[in-house]
Order: sequence, then structure tokens, then C-alpha cells
Amino acid sequence: MSVKLTASALAIAAVAATSAAARDQVQVAGSSTVLPYASIVAEAFGENFDFPTPVVESGGSSAGLKRFCEGVGENTIDIANASRAIKDKEIKACAENGVTDIIEVRIGYDGIVFASDINGNGFEFTPVDWFNALSDKVLVDGKLVANPNKTWADVNAAFPAQPLAAYIPGTKHGTREVFEDKVILAGCEETGAFDVLLAGAEGDTDKAKHKAAEKACIALRTDGVSVDIDGDYTETLASIESNKDGIGVFGLAFFENNTDKLQVATMSGIVPTTESIATGEYPVSRPLFFYVKKAHIGVIPGLKEYAEFFVADEIAGSDGPLAEYGLVADPELVKTQEAVSDEIVLGANM
Amino acid sequence: MTDASIPKSAPKTSIHEIDARTKKRNAAETRFKAYGIAAIAAGLMILAVLLVTIIGNGRGAFTQTFVTLDVELLESKLDKKGNRNLDDIKKVSTFGYAPLMKEAFTKKIEEIGLETSLKSKKMAGILSKSAAADLRNFVIADVEQIGKTVEFTFLANSRVDGYLKGRVTRESIANDKNISVEQLDFVDALLEAGVIEKRFNIDFIIGADASDQRPEAAGIGVAMAGSFFMMMVVLALALPIGVAASIYLEEFAPKNWITDVIEVNISNLAAVPSIVFGILGLAVFINYMHLPQSAPLVGGLVLTLMTLPTIIISTRASLKAVPPSIRDAALGLGASKMQSVFHHVLPLAAPGILTGTIIGLAQALGETAPLLLIGMIGFIASNAPSGITEGLLSPNSAMPAQIYEWAKRADPAFYERAWGGIIILLVFLITMNTIAVILRRRFERRW
Repeated sequence: MSVKLTASALAIAAVAATSAAARDQVQVAGSSTVLPYASIVAEAFGENFDFPTPVVESGGSSAGLKRFCEGVGENTIDIANASRAIKDKEIKACAENGVTDIIEVRIGYDGIVFASDINGNGFEFTPVDWFNALSDKVLVDGKLVANPNKTWADVNAAFPAQPLAAYIPGTKHGTREVFEDKVILAGCEETGAFDVLLAGAEGDTDKAKHKAAEKACIALRTDGVSVDIDGDYTETLASIESNKDGIGVFGLAFFENNTDKLQVATMSGIVPTTESIATGEYPVSRPLFFYVKKAHIGVIPGLKEYAEFFVADEIAGSDGPLAEYGLVADPELVKTQEAVSDEIVLGANM
Repeated sequence: MTDASIPKSAPKTSIHEIDARTKKRNAAETRFKAYGIAAIAAGLMILAVLLVTIIGNGRGAFTQTFVTLDVELLESKLDKKGNRNLDDIKKVSTFGYAPLMKEAFTKKIEEIGLETSLKSKKMAGILSKSAAADLRNFVIADVEQIGKTVEFTFLANSRVDGYLKGRVTRESIANDKNISVEQLDFVDALLEAGVIEKRFNIDFIIGADASDQRPEAAGIGVAMAGSFFMMMVVLALALPIGVAASIYLEEFAPKNWITDVIEVNISNLAAVPSIVFGILGLAVFINYMHLPQSAPLVGGLVLTLMTLPTIIISTRASLKAVPPSIRDAALGLGASKMQSVFHHVLPLAAPGILTGTIIGLAQALGETAPLLLIGMIGFIASNAPSGITEGLLSPNSAMPAQIYEWAKRADPAFYERAWGGIIILLVFLITMNTIAVILRRRFERRW
């Protein structure tokens, strides 16, 4: 008994000692899309520098930024990964907790692809197809009606009569926003549904009307044709494996690691590759970021070195390991490198 | 009504002839036995399917493909100044080591007389991305090796490994940009020459997690250490607190409404979903007490909360099982209440307490949900802890969390490792539960 009591006393002593012990590794949290890239960099960083390998947690962009904004100090994370830019609301929340100097680092672009079972039909989509397939109201003869489409052939006569089934990222994912913005909304505007919605939109100002119309545009049908996947891409893949008619939304890197199970659809005639995304030809992509707490530079050993290493040519460049994994290298990487080494904070050049 | 149902004259019964009603009852019994056997058979079948799936999928994780090469550690690449200064040598990053591997491949194919149209970069492409790092660590550990030619065993890339394990085929890589059919032909040739071999990989059991690009290098060892430190915290806190609480409640506490309320609450706590303890841990231990994120100490504290009710309930049950005559005899001989408890009741209840504790620990070992919230999921288990303090305080993962993390990753090779991790976790759980059963069989006394 006494041995155990001693052990528990030790544990309590360890608790007390925590506040005194300094943290010696960089802590990162945030987007699960950025996680693979960040862990590749963290691993290489641990190998090539005398600093310990940084710790990278996932949990989503919003959760990561929330933790990032909790304050300054060893008990808060140093870097937040995000698959979208930080919002004004979040900058404000950060400032309230004393996190004022934030360095924004854009690491490159991530392509979002539409893929289906490798043995099924191939597709050549346009945003209009997706809007007509998934929107809850579509334009038929100039009037908005509840979406009547049941198969892809209903959507576009060129497609096979395969039942509509789409597995799209849930609303907590940053990918969903891109999907809504660059595919559904684009399709909405192209079909003319947007104008019809704008004409009927309620609101005091043009801006409010515009917003209401956009919101109506991205409302998806709720009859089970479009399924929200709240988990990771592995879950989307599993859904497609069980329903061979399904078409899923994936990140380019995930698709490239599973080319034996999936075939990718083109969007507006362009095949998604790192090259076509880098040139901007492939329309559905988004920038990936990480945010560094400037106050921690010099306090947490290796923080600045990690940030610089992340955007170095040999890592984030077009021949680096990140591009090899599926990241689309940023053509303006040199600018980012300068910004990191000069520690230029958000809002400094506005 | 009742009259009608009673036969006028009771039918003759015989012990030789079985009447219809007995037959019916016997049939019901036989049927019930059959249901029972069917239920057990169904259970066993599901278990068998589960085990076969787990072992079938996870077996591959324990072997790995290795490539053995003679690498010349060129001084011109690694130590340009030639003074063996460690700081200068460290400046050569892993990227600087890549040419050495290409060189080694070119030499190897000359040696075994292989004709191939592959470029040396493509040849080196069959190696793991961790190869350069392994080589660099080797050189930094012993700078005197520079200039010599050493035989070095590298991990093969996960695609090559999958090819040897049958997961990757020439058809399946048709669209894969990470490996080509020519490279697989090259692998076949090397396989014949004995340069490539598949063997047991201890690093899967003792190694650290690896990033998404090198599933072949990932191991569960560091996460296992994380689990170990968490279990130490749970044992050190939950056992004394749980036992003390149950002894007091069972032996000393007055029976009144307060103890009733406590009792009800303990039973309730045992049924609380574990994720709730995770949220509690995040709010109290991390946000309020400012303990470090992702630390096994915090994980252990959270799991302690989860395990406490289990230990209290089983301890109280085993204390209750000690017959009152033992207490009475001790008290009758003049022992104090405390002496009777600690000298007589507790030793007799010990096997039951230990069994409950081990089962509680096994439950805690397999728990993932609360760890999600205190930041033990991600690319974390990459630094092996060097001591007890670091083991408790520096970020780490745990076995089930590591399995979850692997199952999420894009590369299919991680999927195999997730199953392999499940095998290891199961071995631990089965061992712990077996110990619990043996303890109970050996030492438990029945009155």
C-alpha cells in the first residue's frame, strides 16, 4: 500500500513540477487537410535539426484557430494549420486574448477532386452539372422547381443513367466551403438560377439581396441523394466502395494515394493534377495556410526555424516532398519565404 | 369453468410411458438448449470472423521489405572540409544524402550484372523516404565512417512492400505516380539477386510514428510508451483512491442518505460515456490547471476518473464477499475496527480488488474517445521519451489513438498498420484479462 501511496505522491509532485518545466518542442494543431503536409515537414525537421520533432495535432481549422487564439504562453499552441484564411472574427478573438502579432504563411494550394469507383463510369463534369444534381431547387423552363433529377442522365444527356449519389464533406470541413463556392455557386450563376433567386430575394440593400440569393443557391437537396461525410476521406472512400454508383469529393493528395480504387472526373474539361491546379486551369482549389504566434518566436526553441523550413524551396517547392505528396506549390513561394524570415505580421501591410 | 378443465378421472401416468405433457416440456427444454448452443455458436462465429479479419489484415504489418546496399559514404558529399567537424557534417541535410543511394544502386546493378533502362533516381525511388534520414543518423553517430563503404539495410517504399505482400499489383498501379511497372520489374530482378528481402520488422513494435509519406517506417512503440505512462498514472491514482473510498464506504461510513447519494452517484459515474471525461479533462486539467497538452499525465488523469467507479464497485463487492464472521472474530479478539479491516478483511478481498483493477485498466487501455479531446491524436508519437518525467509530460499518443490516426491516413499501407496495431492492443488486453482470471482462480476464497 505504502509503495502505491508513494507513487501517487510522485504523480502529484509531477503535476506541481509541470508549470516550471519549459516546453522544448513546437506544438501545432488545426486542419486535418494540412496535417499530412505538416507531419512530413515536422518529421524532416526533426531529422535535420537538433530540435525535437514538432507535435502536430489535427481537429479541424476552426478548432485549431480557436486554440491558437486562447492566449500567449507555453500552454498554448505555437502554430495553427488552416485550410482557409483566418476570419476577422477570429483575429478579433485572438486580440482579446492578447494574441496580436500573427504571421500568416501560405504553403501552397490543395486541389479538390471528384472521384468515383475505378470500375464505374467516367465523368466529365461542369459546375452546372453539380448544381443541377445536388441543389434543392433547379431552373426548369425559367421557373425554380424542387430538384426532379434522379439519375446523371437527367442532369446531362451526355451522362450514363447512373443513379445520383454524392458523398460531400460535412459542413464542419473547410472543403465544404470551397465546394459550395467554386462548384455549386458557380453552377447556380451559370444556369441563371442565381438571377431568378436574386430577383425574388428579400433584403433591404442590394448586398443583403445578393447574400440571400447566394445562400439560397448553395442549399442542397435533403432527399438523401447528397450525403454529408463528417469524417475523413477514408470514410468517403468506404462509402464509395459500398455504393459503386457514388461520387465523392476528395483532396487531390488522397486521390493520388488511392488511384487503384478511384478514378477522377474532369471539371470543365480539365484533369486535376498539381500542374493544372498550379496554373489555375482546374477551378476547384484553395490555398492552405499556417499561422505563427510571433510572441512565441525566441521563446519556443525551433519555432522560427520550423516555419522557415516549411516554406523552403527544398520542402514546399515544386520538386519537394510536399508537392510529391499532392500539395500544389505556391508560385509566389519566394514572397512567403521573405515574409516568414522578416516576421511580417497580419495587417502590417494593410 | 374450472370444473371443465379438470379431467373427470386423472389419466394414468407411468414412468415407462411418457405422456404428451411431459413430452412437451422435454421438447421445450431441448429447444431451449438448442437456442443456447446456437447463441454461443453465433458468438463464437462472430469472434472467429473478427479474429480472422484482424489477423489476416494485420499480419502484414509485422514483416517489412528491406533492401541491402553497399553505400560509399563519400567525403566529397558529406564532409567537404574533410575535418570531421560534427557541426559541419550536420549542415548536410537529408537531401544531401540522396545521391549516395543513387550511387549505391548504380554499383549494385553492375555487381549483379543487371541490365535496366531505369534512371538511378527511379531506382532509388524504391527505397523508403526514411532511407536518407537513417543514413544521416548513422553518419552523425559515428563520423569516422565517412569515406568508407558500409553495408546498409534500408526500408523499401510502401508500394514495393505492398507488391511483395500482394497488396499492390501491376494492374493496380496503372494510374499511380509513386511507382511504375518498370520499377516493379526492377524489384523482381533485385528480389532474384537477393538484394531485397521481406522479414520480421521489430521497428513496427518498438518504433515511432512516421509521417504520411513513409508508412513503411511507422511503428507503435512510442504510442505504447504513452499508454504505459498513462496506465502508471491510472494505477498510482485510481487504486489507492478507489480502495480507500470503498473501504471507508463499506466498513466505516454510517448508513445515511449522504452515503446513499454517494453510492448512487458512483454507479452513475460508471455508466457515463468516456467522452464526457475527455471534455472534463480538457476543461479542468488543461484549461484551468494548465497542464501540458497531449501529455500522458493528463490522459492518465482523465482515465483515472473513468476507471475509479469500476475499481470502487468491484472493491466494494469483494469487501462485501468477506463473511462478517471474520470481522466479528477479529473484533472479538480485541482488534480495533481498523486492525480488523487491514489485517483480515483487506487481504481476503485483495484478489477481487486486483481483478477489478486489472479489468478497469484494460478498459482504460483501450479507450480512445477522451484522448481525442485532450490532443493525443495526430502526428505526435514521434519522439521516444527518455525518462519518467518526460514520459509523463512530453506530448505523446496512446495505442488506440495511434490506431485511429493510422486508419484515417490516405496511404493504404497505413491501413495495414492500423490492423497490426489492433493485434498488439488485443495481445495486451488478452494478457491483462488472463492475469485477472488466473488471479481470481488462484486466490479467491469462497465461503
